Amino acid sequence: MNYFTLPIEEWTNRFVDDWLLPVTGDFFDSISDNLRTFVDGVTNLLIVAPPELLVLILVLIAWKFSGKGLALFALLGSLYLGSVGLWEAAMQTVAIVIVSTLISVIIGIPVGILAATNKTMASIIRPILDFMQTLPSFVYLIPAILLFGLGNVPAVIATFVFATPPAVRMTTLGILQVPADVVEASKAFGSTKWQLLYKVQLPLAMPSIMAGINQTMMLALSMAVIASMIGAPGLGSVVLEGISTVNVGLGLTGGLGIVVLAIVMDRITQGLVRNK
Amino acid sequence: MNKIEVNNLTKIFGSNPQQGLKRLLNGDQKEDILAETGMTVGVNKASFSVEAGEFFVIMGLSGSGKSTLIRLVNRLIEPTSGEVLIDGQNIVEMGKNELIETRRKKLGMVFQQFGLFPHRTVLQNVAYGLEIQGVKKEERNSRAQKSIEDVGLQGYEQSYPKELSGGMQQRVGLARALANDSDILLMDEAFSALDPLIRKEMQDELLNLQNKLGKTILFITHDLDEALKLGDRIAIMKNGEIVQVGTADEILENPANEYVSNFVKDVDRSKVLMASHVMKKPAVHMMDKSGALAAVRKMEDAGASSIFVVDKENNFKGLLTIDNAINAYKKELAIDTVLIEDIHEISPDTPLNDLFGVAVEAKYPLAVVENGKLLGIVSRVSILSGLVLGKEEVATS
Repeated sequence: MNYFTLPIEEWTNRFVDDWLLPVTGDFFDSISDNLRTFVDGVTNLLIVAPPELLVLILVLIAWKFSGKGLALFALLGSLYLGSVGLWEAAMQTVAIVIVSTLISVIIGIPVGILAATNKTMASIIRPILDFMQTLPSFVYLIPAILLFGLGNVPAVIATFVFATPPAVRMTTLGILQVPADVVEASKAFGSTKWQLLYKVQLPLAMPSIMAGINQTMMLALSMAVIASMIGAPGLGSVVLEGISTVNVGLGLTGGLGIVVLAIVMDRITQGLVRNK
Repeated sequence: MNKIEVNNLTKIFGSNPQQGLKRLLNGDQKEDILAETGMTVGVNKASFSVEAGEFFVIMGLSGSGKSTLIRLVNRLIEPTSGEVLIDGQNIVEMGKNELIETRRKKLGMVFQQFGLFPHRTVLQNVAYGLEIQGVKKEERNSRAQKSIEDVGLQGYEQSYPKELSGGMQQRVGLARALANDSDILLMDEAFSALDPLIRKEMQDELLNLQNKLGKTILFITHDLDEALKLGDRIAIMKNGEIVQVGTADEILENPANEYVSNFVKDVDRSKVLMASHVMKKPAVHMMDKSGALAAVRKMEDAGASSIFVVDKENNFKGLLTIDNAINAYKKELAIDTVLIEDIHEISPDTPLNDLFGVAVEAKYPLAVVENGKLLGIVSRVSILSGLVLGKEEVATS
């Protein structure tokens, strides 16, 4: 089938080596520095704070937004993380998940709004989202390392690429699902586009947007192991160590930790949707 | 001045509306344009005007373009060509801010499916129009409260729309449109989603409100009964065109074409109402024994130009016109020689439906006669009012 050769590999490498790194290197370095300060700040906060205090807050949040069951589960889960010596690793993972979810939401929701209100933008955004969701994550891990170095930062970037699409899609979906006559009514009384958006469309799209945030968070957590391959600390690196040393017990210990975090985060964000 | 004036308003849906418009102006038919270009002519060169304080109804079946038309008036849909003058200002040429200002100050709208904001209470729904104008909370709530009371919803201010019945939801919709205090109300099939009893109640209340507040109302419906009941004037739409504009009577009497007369035939109440329901005791009648001069005097008293004539036993004899009476008096003729005898005689149980054509052609009122006796007369007015008002009103009046 090779009627002609397409040197994508060579082009890409030349592009990265000759242009991307020399020209944009400083720019990415400054992003990288800022992001690192942010992630490290959150991580340190979670690690330095007394675990008992954090657990208390977590249990209360779980109680408020979900119920007694989840509160109990959160307590037991925390005891488990402590008893297998993974509290600090768990906090590192939580920090990456929180930061990347935050970035995904801050960027994803406006982009979702744009896609819902502008057809041209929608036709540009949709294939980009498809690309982000289907491209194997290892493919963008490599440039992420080149641009952002090793550690937390490329992990956050890679997680962002992987986890943002649901935030965008669910925002778009939520806004498009607002009944047409409600939108018409708002316009007929003389709403500006902004008034229509923040007084009618966003409040009515909120359940869908919250579901998107929940999905984004779950995807971010699911990136923990892959992110550990580019040096992100946390539960993922424990699992990775278990894999590379064929230590089944260690792998399971870390894996259960991720499951605990996933269940607690999922139920709390779902509770947020219901409370709305 | 006209409150709303619509001139040659056209809307073509599709890929290249301007091309469609050109074809339309060249005289191509809507069907041909659809078949050859795939473009739909939603509204086809519609023109009409609504005076201040008028209740103007646009009636048509679904697909006739009436809902598109009302949305062109406040530009929820962009017109392809033509103009819409609101208080003399062409809304089609307005900039964005001017359009928003006109919608806020001049145009209230009520929707078929209510279009209420589900996340807002009744009070917040009604106050919405004022809220987006930046009216202070206290003032907008008190103004909203007033229109909530106007539509009889006090006590439900803090309820959410989904907690209310359909009729109550539409009251909220109406209150929301009233709260802005705009002169014009656009009502898109406002009562079509309500069940018949509630619908009738809402119609009556709307008429009351209209009397009280003097709004200019543009009302869309597919229901001829509703159109006849509410409209000062009615425009009938078909295939995007306005085929006739007129008062209820004009439309009933002189349907512009077969399409309109088909509607008129279906006026429901005419099937139920009979001549006896709408007949009136003749204002005057006289015995054939008294003379022509007495007849003239009676006509003068009654302010009529003709009089029904009966004998002592109330047997119907015919109609005496003022001309004939004077003629008979001058020439000293007996009254029965100048009577018009080919008056339409109808039996009391003739359906109004059947009277319609007769009434249009007849020069004089119809005589309701049973066994030769005159029971009453039916005028054109009473046929039409019977059709419009329905049985209850006629029976109680």
